[in-house]
Amino acid sequence: MTTRHIDFKPLLLVPALALLALPLIGSGSTWLTLTVAGLAMGMIIFIIASGLTLVFGLMDVLNFGHGVFIALGAFVATSVLGAMGDYTGSGDIWRNLVAVVPAMIIAMLVAGALGLAFERFIVRPVYGQHLKQILITMGGMIIGEELIKVIWGPQQIPLPLPGGMRGAWLIGDAAVEKYRVVAVIVGAVVFAALAWTLSRTKVGLLIRAGVQDREMVESLGYRIRRLFVGVFVVGSALAGLGGVMWGLYQQNVVPQMGAQVNILIFIVIIIGGLGSTTGALIGALLVGLMANYTGFLAPKVALFSNIALMVAVLLWRPQGVYPVANR
Amino acid sequence: MLSRLLSHDLPRSKLLAAILIAIVLGLAFAPFLFPGVKALNVAAKVLIFVVLVAGFDLLLGYTGIVSFAHTMFFGIGAYGVAIASTRMGPSWGALAVGIGGALVLSLLLSLAIGLFSLRVRAIFFAMITLAVAAAFQTLASQLSDFTGGEDGLTFKLPELLSPSFEPFETEVFGVLIDGKIITYYALFVVAVVLVLALLRIVNSPFGRVLQAIRENEFRAEAIGYRVVVYRTLSSVLSALFACAAGAMLAIWLRYNGPDTSLSFEIMMDVLLIVVIGGMGTIYGAVIGSVLFLIAQSYLQDLLRLGSEATAGIPLLPALLSPDRWLLWLGLLFVLSVYYFPTGVVGRLRSRAAAKP
Repeated sequence: MTTRHIDFKPLLLVPALALLALPLIGSGSTWLTLTVAGLAMGMIIFIIASGLTLVFGLMDVLNFGHGVFIALGAFVATSVLGAMGDYTGSGDIWRNLVAVVPAMIIAMLVAGALGLAFERFIVRPVYGQHLKQILITMGGMIIGEELIKVIWGPQQIPLPLPGGMRGAWLIGDAAVEKYRVVAVIVGAVVFAALAWTLSRTKVGLLIRAGVQDREMVESLGYRIRRLFVGVFVVGSALAGLGGVMWGLYQQNVVPQMGAQVNILIFIVIIIGGLGSTTGALIGALLVGLMANYTGFLAPKVALFSNIALMVAVLLWRPQGVYPVANR
Repeated sequence: MLSRLLSHDLPRSKLLAAILIAIVLGLAFAPFLFPGVKALNVAAKVLIFVVLVAGFDLLLGYTGIVSFAHTMFFGIGAYGVAIASTRMGPSWGALAVGIGGALVLSLLLSLAIGLFSLRVRAIFFAMITLAVAAAFQTLASQLSDFTGGEDGLTFKLPELLSPSFEPFETEVFGVLIDGKIITYYALFVVAVVLVLALLRIVNSPFGRVLQAIRENEFRAEAIGYRVVVYRTLSSVLSALFACAAGAMLAIWLRYNGPDTSLSFEIMMDVLLIVVIGGMGTIYGAVIGSVLFLIAQSYLQDLLRLGSEATAGIPLLPALLSPDRWLLWLGLLFVLSVYYFPTGVVGRLRSRAAAKP
């Protein structure tokens, strides 16, 4: 807590993992393709996980229902993009963006609004009670998932990529899919915006202070409860955005996707250290890379590889790579 | 005598005692009282879930740990019986090997998870177990040579337990005794013994330490109890009971697949039963299981009626569709955590205690 220098060791984990995978995969072009795919997947997971980890750091609430915002965002996107077939079908990326950007904004708004209701009705009565938080947010997720099935139906819905984002660029022998580059850019923008807000604005200062010592910030006269509701809504909206990106990545959406992605997010924020945004980024990139490398090398152990990764990191740093909460 | 059998943990409410006696008698004479295949199936599932949920309550209600890996051990028990019986043919030896192997595997796995992750806080443990359980489910459906994949395994049991075995020429009290009914009674005896054992555990000095940890971990550690050791033991015991319940399920169904014993919905059911029945009371698991399984078996019929009755109105039929029954369970779950935190048993006991 006293030193000001940045702990850089965890930052080296991502390039270390990538370099470690190179000799195992053998072919450089395959490696490049997999690495870009892994980074893209990691960035999408980061967008989803950032809200959850902030909420935990700030209010000590772990929302097991976070996945429902992902699914909601993705389903809203199917409706919006489906209604704008003229723009998505076109091969011109600028025309695609006319459809994709509104789809993302509407998904974020809807997910944020649900986040507001979720905080009010599900989370608020159980502050400070971990056991009940886990149970009740889980219940909230079941209800949300079933309501999605009522509105959009229980079946899988295709979410095709807009024409201009399909296909790949060839760099030497490596094929780099266009959408993955888009995902990396969006993720980098979100990370930059979060980092800027947290380190350069007054709201960010209060959030960081609240994560460190909530009572002190309250006694200085700031209403941390209101701040928290804001963080919760932004976190839900980011999950909605992540849901759109994830849906486009998979090219289809199912109502259960929230629960599936939830597991990856939990692994990410455990690796990263609960409450840490930078930690979540590192965790997400590691998980994304690991999933793609093992998906290529040994498909059957892909899910285990992430758990093995989590175990390895926790053996090294039991509180995650960047522990924040000092309670 | 009865008091010793119940480990001096009496119901402490006349109404609760009456309900429990009715349940035990109902289950004991189920084949004679409720004729029909469906009713007997519901009764057998109640027996299995009582063991599964009471074991989970040892962890959730008595130690204050949320685990999502409980169905993993349930699945291990069921797969143990299924795999051994498929490979070795229908014999008592296969059953013993299957159950024994599953118990050993559950013990080692829960010990590993416990020692690795119980040092951290409850909320961490919940996340880690969720991830491990999901990975295990994927593993079970991918190792299809071994587990039958998504199709699962159908197998035969020793002759005594198979439906074609009929020891008596004539009907007994109007019921033809066959292997299925013998299996039912075997499950009944096992369930009673296991529940009494759990009562013994939670009312022993060991159980009191668990409750102390639930109430205040820091103080328990300060008094000199190694909290990690007790938590790990609690988690291992709970896993073993889940494994036994899984073996019971496989013996009853003579089938096992990933959806039957490993699906996340079962975990949800277990949580719901614990919350409805009352956390931290073994009796809650009994009452919760009965209520829940009856509701689960007959709620879908009720919803179908509701859906048909509201056919003209927009949205309502979709909400009341039998496929959406989980929605109503989820709602019930949230409301019970809100308004009914001590469950049926807690409510009955506090009512009895309030009376002069």
